[in-house]
Amino acid sequence: MTTVREAFDTLAWGPAPESTAEARAWLEAHGNRFGQYVGGVWTAPADPFEVHDPATGKLLAHASQADAAAVDAAVAAARAALPGWQALGGHGRARWLYAIARGIQRRSRLFAVIESLDNGKPIRESRDIDIPLVARHFLHHAGWAQLLDREFPEHDPVGVVGQVIPWNFPLLMFAWKVAPALAAGNTVVIKPAEYTPLTALCFADLLHDLGLPPGVVNVITGDGRTGAALVGHDDVDKVAFTGSTDVGRAIRHATAGSGKKLTLELGGKSPFIVFDDADIDSVVEGVVDAIWFNQGQVCCAGSRILVAESVGDALIAKLRARMETLRVGSPLDKAVDIGAIVAPVQLERITALVEQGKSEGATCWQPSWAVPTEGLFYPPTLFTEVAPAATIAQEEIFGPVVVLMTFRTPEEAVELANNTRYGLAASVWSENVNLALDVAPKLKAGTVWVNCTNMFDAASGFGGYRESGYGREGGREGMYEYLKPRAASRELRAAGSSAPASSAGDPSLRSGLGVRSTGGMPVDRTPKLYIGGKQVRPDSGHSLPIWSAEGHPLGDVGRGNRKDIRNAVEAAHAASRGWSRATAHLRAQVLYYLGENLSIRREEFSARVREVAGTDGTAEVDAAIRRCFTYAAWADKYDGAVHHTPLRNVTLAMPEPLGVVGIIAPDESPLLGFLSLVLPAIAMGNAVVAVPSEQAPLLVTDLYQVMETSDIPGGVVNIVTGWRRELLPPLAGHDDVDAVWVHATREEAAEAERLSCGNLKRTWTEWTKRDWADAREGEGPEFLRHATQVKNIWVPYGA
Amino acid sequence: MTTSTTTTSRTGRGDPAYVARDVPPPVGRLPRNPGIPLDLGWVREVRVNRSAVERRAATIGTRRSVKQAWQAGWLLRAITLMDLTTLSGDDTAGRVRRLCAKARHPVRPDLLRALGMADVPLTVGAVCVYHTFVGTAVEALAGSGIPVAAVSTGFPAGLSPMRTRLMEIEDSVADGAEEIDIVITRAHVLTGNWQALYDEVQAFRAACGQAHLKAILATGELATLRDVSRASLVAMMAGADFVKTSTGKEPVNATLPVGITMARAIRAYHERTGHWVGFKPAGGIRKAKESLDWLAMMKEELGDRWTHPDLFRFGASGLLTDIERQLEHHVTGRYSAAHRHGMA
Repeated sequence: MTTVREAFDTLAWGPAPESTAEARAWLEAHGNRFGQYVGGVWTAPADPFEVHDPATGKLLAHASQADAAAVDAAVAAARAALPGWQALGGHGRARWLYAIARGIQRRSRLFAVIESLDNGKPIRESRDIDIPLVARHFLHHAGWAQLLDREFPEHDPVGVVGQVIPWNFPLLMFAWKVAPALAAGNTVVIKPAEYTPLTALCFADLLHDLGLPPGVVNVITGDGRTGAALVGHDDVDKVAFTGSTDVGRAIRHATAGSGKKLTLELGGKSPFIVFDDADIDSVVEGVVDAIWFNQGQVCCAGSRILVAESVGDALIAKLRARMETLRVGSPLDKAVDIGAIVAPVQLERITALVEQGKSEGATCWQPSWAVPTEGLFYPPTLFTEVAPAATIAQEEIFGPVVVLMTFRTPEEAVELANNTRYGLAASVWSENVNLALDVAPKLKAGTVWVNCTNMFDAASGFGGYRESGYGREGGREGMYEYLKPRAASRELRAAGSSAPASSAGDPSLRSGLGVRSTGGMPVDRTPKLYIGGKQVRPDSGHSLPIWSAEGHPLGDVGRGNRKDIRNAVEAAHAASRGWSRATAHLRAQVLYYLGENLSIRREEFSARVREVAGTDGTAEVDAAIRRCFTYAAWADKYDGAVHHTPLRNVTLAMPEPLGVVGIIAPDESPLLGFLSLVLPAIAMGNAVVAVPSEQAPLLVTDLYQVMETSDIPGGVVNIVTGWRRELLPPLAGHDDVDAVWVHATREEAAEAERLSCGNLKRTWTEWTKRDWADAREGEGPEFLRHATQVKNIWVPYGA
Repeated sequence: MTTSTTTTSRTGRGDPAYVARDVPPPVGRLPRNPGIPLDLGWVREVRVNRSAVERRAATIGTRRSVKQAWQAGWLLRAITLMDLTTLSGDDTAGRVRRLCAKARHPVRPDLLRALGMADVPLTVGAVCVYHTFVGTAVEALAGSGIPVAAVSTGFPAGLSPMRTRLMEIEDSVADGAEEIDIVITRAHVLTGNWQALYDEVQAFRAACGQAHLKAILATGELATLRDVSRASLVAMMAGADFVKTSTGKEPVNATLPVGITMARAIRAYHERTGHWVGFKPAGGIRKAKESLDWLAMMKEELGDRWTHPDLFRFGASGLLTDIERQLEHHVTGRYSAAHRHGMA
């Protein structure tokens, strides 16, 4: 027993344990055994699995593995609760969300202690960060429920939402999922991770005590099988998942073609960029917050330090000194920085990756003190002399392990930062506002923290670029993930229309026909593909015959193939850089000019529409001209926002282009449908590879001349004609295409969604027909949201 | 469950940054800071990010907690670091003598016995008074080993003529002050006249002779943390033995963000020159809990060596009473009252 005298002499840290009495009493009140919370009642425990305290290895409780029948029951309960929940209206739901927020605050310490027991995170974090953010999230979303009708007019809730959440922030991820879903008027079936189900179950208790209507929130427990059953359930309208990129990819694959709305918050290998004019001592604390927060088990952890070569050695020395003073130990100790790793398998993974890092030649540094030998602990670890190609520089380690590399110039810093498949977050350290604000937009990441890191708030959307997933959680942008545009009932596109119906037979028999027009012998025309601003012949050397609405041959178009798609994507990337940085004013001018030039050729295009589609050509062309004006107008008006995060800080929510968007244009309204998708994409600064209607491509091949005249830079719009069945797979599967929009049949949509898994490109698929001429359906912010992703840039300030 | 991961090779001990820190001189035998030539390049490269420093400050008290025996031990340590201070217009010789008596016996003997500290000669770090009362304090503290600190140089504004400020130092030293708390000319910082600041502190240091110099920066009157850091650095370059936050008379006194900034300046100076400079937060520290936060900050930012009286002092007048109450609570388990402890 340490005496006062010893403490006086040594000024050592002593134990400062948080009591677990209330948490254990809560577990015992449930007999340490839990069933599912479905339809407002607890089911009897069945098929139990063990839940452990990772700091001691001791058994905490048994939870139940939900089987397919249990998932059915939970989804049915959510479905049954839906009408009543929606009938409450925004204000009615706001009252519930407010009550939940306050309920969390009333039981804050219970939740915090259970969280630390179950997950192993230090009580300081669960008490000061996780649980307050949970309450904040419900309070913030009480506000969105209250304002729903006014702020999201013409939108409806999605319906029944299936949510699967990870073990690293168990209750916080629960809140991020449930709060917006409920605010928007959805009902929920949620599955916490099997390692950490306890706070979700405790939350169910809270809801029960508050008297939330049965079935509005259903909590089911189990492992990946339960998750797969929930995600794959036919009566789930939306799936929201946070977890590993591999599982996210599997979910995208499993839900392809289901029509389920999907958000994925996945892994990361986030860069932490230190310029030579940064406050290096503060950078050191930033690294502590970046990678030694929650044992480094943070999807957005700043796990790759990129430091200016001139200050690299100084930073390394300071980091090592700081690591000596970090304290690893019992998560319930109030004076501990790093708690326990969640599960043995995770500790093994961290250990193995560190060993691999050493064997690949990087320099490993750990502090001189030892971690506790009982329980799952790992010391803070810094790797230097790391090559960008090293495994530890590429793989998400998900532990307290950080790698450090140097750079020479800001350009190189950006290049290294973006040299990853992920794009969740980034941190930039510099005292020079010019430099920081120059770099932030260049980083491929959903969140950029300037001179800070791992800051979260309900008012700021959080989510990834690239393989870190899609969708946002938090803020206005997060609400859209749980809403759908209120649309008139639409007609399904007929299956099988992708077959070359009107061009059946051997195409070579029909090739060789120039584009004809009725009356006299016109000059022969050969529509080509339009790639990189040039008219190019198809790689295949084949053409496809095109027929008029009445069945007359109209001419041939090039039959593009996978190589043409490849070339078009390359051209689009080359153009995308300049176009995305062009001013919105310039893009607006170009789009107005496109409308102007289209109007000059109004008669010709009207005649062409009549010819190929048999519809009122004048109306369609006039609508197309209007649409050019619409997106010219939007180009410099689709603004971002400054979020009110509760810090001395500006959080800039900037809509950014996706990059290269692949577009499979609809068959109906062949000119207007094509432009209705291409225009919002390029208005927002994307480059496009578009496959026009298979049945009426000539309208679009006529159009590229107008585009050239209108100063659309070469490569911004690329047009590949041909059969969708040949063009869709290479386009949807291309790992350097950032999004693919498919307005075709359900089968084609499903195929595109399956193929999107490679790089987890964003998908927007529709197999119902829109009335493209109707401005409410055919244009507007919905299109612009699809054409952008929101980056949130946090800039704390203070003299 | 196993952890087989703690045997990784560690090379930290060989790092040059550690060499100086690893073998600190024992308490009481610390060499003085001789100062270095003014290095304006270094001064200019100083960067301090206020938001980041404030975030660090906000978690000093939440990342660390000391309880029970450790808390009592830490609070006793805090007493030894205290410059027990009276700096009021109505100070009298009697008041100063009372303060000195308290400095000799800061805690009730029965409490010290109960805490197992009866055989430890526990006194405060120093007694701090105006020049006028240096003689009184020296006499009252005779034989105790407790040094007398004088606030000199036209405290608190420091705007009297240089000649009289230097004379004041010399007089205080002549009267027996072993420590001189000087105030800098804030205008030198606010106008970026680092040479003038350097010359001023260097002149004060020369006037101090053998007495230790604590440079009061009056951080509440310096606009930015960057200036706090730069002023600290220049004062150290000019030979200050301590840098001190405040006179206690500014509207804002010692705050943790300022403390962190100054501690980091001290660390940078030590790492680059090998010289040892102490830190004294002063003003507004009244609660025992706050003294623990400051100690935690020093321990984490500068290391254990900087938690002894030759490198760390609290300038305080009301803090001792609260610490005494907490110590009694530790002994009895009951919350204590101020009137149960002898006043200064």
